Amino acid sequence: MLTVSALKRLHIVVSFELADGECIALQGPSGVGKSLLLRAIADLDPNEGSVELDGVSRETMSAPVWRRQVTYVAAEPGWWADTVQEHFTDWDLATPLVDQLGLPASCGTWPIRRLSTGEKQRLGLVRALLLHSRVLLLDEPTSALDAASTASVEALVAARVSAGTSVLWSTHNSGQARRVGSRLFMMASGGHLEEHSL
Amino acid sequence: MSYIQLAYSDLILPALLVVMNGALSLALHLKLERQLALASMRMVIQLVLVGYVLTFLFAVVSPFWTALAAFIMVLFASREIVARQKRRLEGLWTYGLGAGCTLLAAGTVTTFSLLSQLRPEPWYHPRYALPLLGMILGNTMTGVSLGLDVLVNGVVRERAAVESCLALGGTRYQALLPVIRDALRSGFMPTINGMAAIGLVSLPGMMTGQILAGVEPVDAVKYQLLIMFLIAGGTGLGTLAAVIGGGRLLTDHRHRLRLDRIASEKLP
Repeated sequence: MLTVSALKRLHIVVSFELADGECIALQGPSGVGKSLLLRAIADLDPNEGSVELDGVSRETMSAPVWRRQVTYVAAEPGWWADTVQEHFTDWDLATPLVDQLGLPASCGTWPIRRLSTGEKQRLGLVRALLLHSRVLLLDEPTSALDAASTASVEALVAARVSAGTSVLWSTHNSGQARRVGSRLFMMASGGHLEEHSL
Repeated sequence: MSYIQLAYSDLILPALLVVMNGALSLALHLKLERQLALASMRMVIQLVLVGYVLTFLFAVVSPFWTALAAFIMVLFASREIVARQKRRLEGLWTYGLGAGCTLLAAGTVTTFSLLSQLRPEPWYHPRYALPLLGMILGNTMTGVSLGLDVLVNGVVRERAAVESCLALGGTRYQALLPVIRDALRSGFMPTINGMAAIGLVSLPGMMTGQILAGVEPVDAVKYQLLIMFLIAGGTGLGTLAAVIGGGRLLTDHRHRLRLDRIASEKLP
């Protein structure tokens, strides 16, 4: 269980709970602060308030340990090496997931500069899934994908949710929010969350 | 040891070469004439003043005055480091990091050479300490400013890559490593290029000065080699300290990237 209490980052102040094996869809207008919220939970920006995983505060552990359990996946993931497989500790472990997302196993040797935005988005998700985090914070993970690739991403994440992973999924697509979420949070311009029925 | 002494009047003719550059700038609309005039004036005033200051320092041979002169040199070096940064760190760190690392590196290397190789009497004799410090400081300053510039710009440019590594559970050192490597390479490069070209493409100023002053070329070469080794050591140490220190300042104890600590990246 992820417990967020009075988490404050700039204009955002939120409190909510995310149960094991639950996926909450997060919606709201562009610029309202959805990414800021996801980043604050992952402790990627300075913030105030309390975030706990199974009652254990993130302050009791180092930030890298926290982020391996509560992992943020950016809409446009970054890359620090020249080829795809250099970003994975074991490329062989990645290939089944890469295959499920419609990419060939040989893409491991592809140079990063050759990747399209959609390929980067799918590979960024694979990179995060390999951590087997307890909580995934997905920031518009299918914004650059076609319908078929979106469906494969949704199926892959749904399988993880069934296995007990918790997900907070930010999306601008109302249909996707209904498909993936068991609850829907709308972020209002004041930076607070309102729960809506799906 | 004898050398041909120059009077100030002997410098008038060579100074006309700078005037020629100014005329060239005017003719070609380069708009460099004002900058050239100011730089030339500064150079003349600074060098003449430093001549008198050094004469005074060599006469008194005082640890206090020598240390004060060294401190002022480091202050000017830190100001120069900041002036060369496209993006600057906020607050006191703007000056503190460059000054601290330059002082640490140039001071350590200069003291090392005075105590272990040159051994003048007294060891802080300004005739040896200040020219050595000046040469090491100038080169260390270049390494530190280049290293910091590449680090800060690299972190801003590679923000997505750094933050992705952090989001996946990387430490701040793992996340910054590619940028830190680039920054260190840039800081070291002028010294490495200088060492490779010396003697073939260029005769260094200090060695030329000694030869003009009547020192045997082979002896001047030994001094120059000593200086080059010290410059390499000082630049390496200073650049490493500045880049690692800069990396720490651009992140925090929770391994977060803190671009808000760069003055130009601060949110309104």
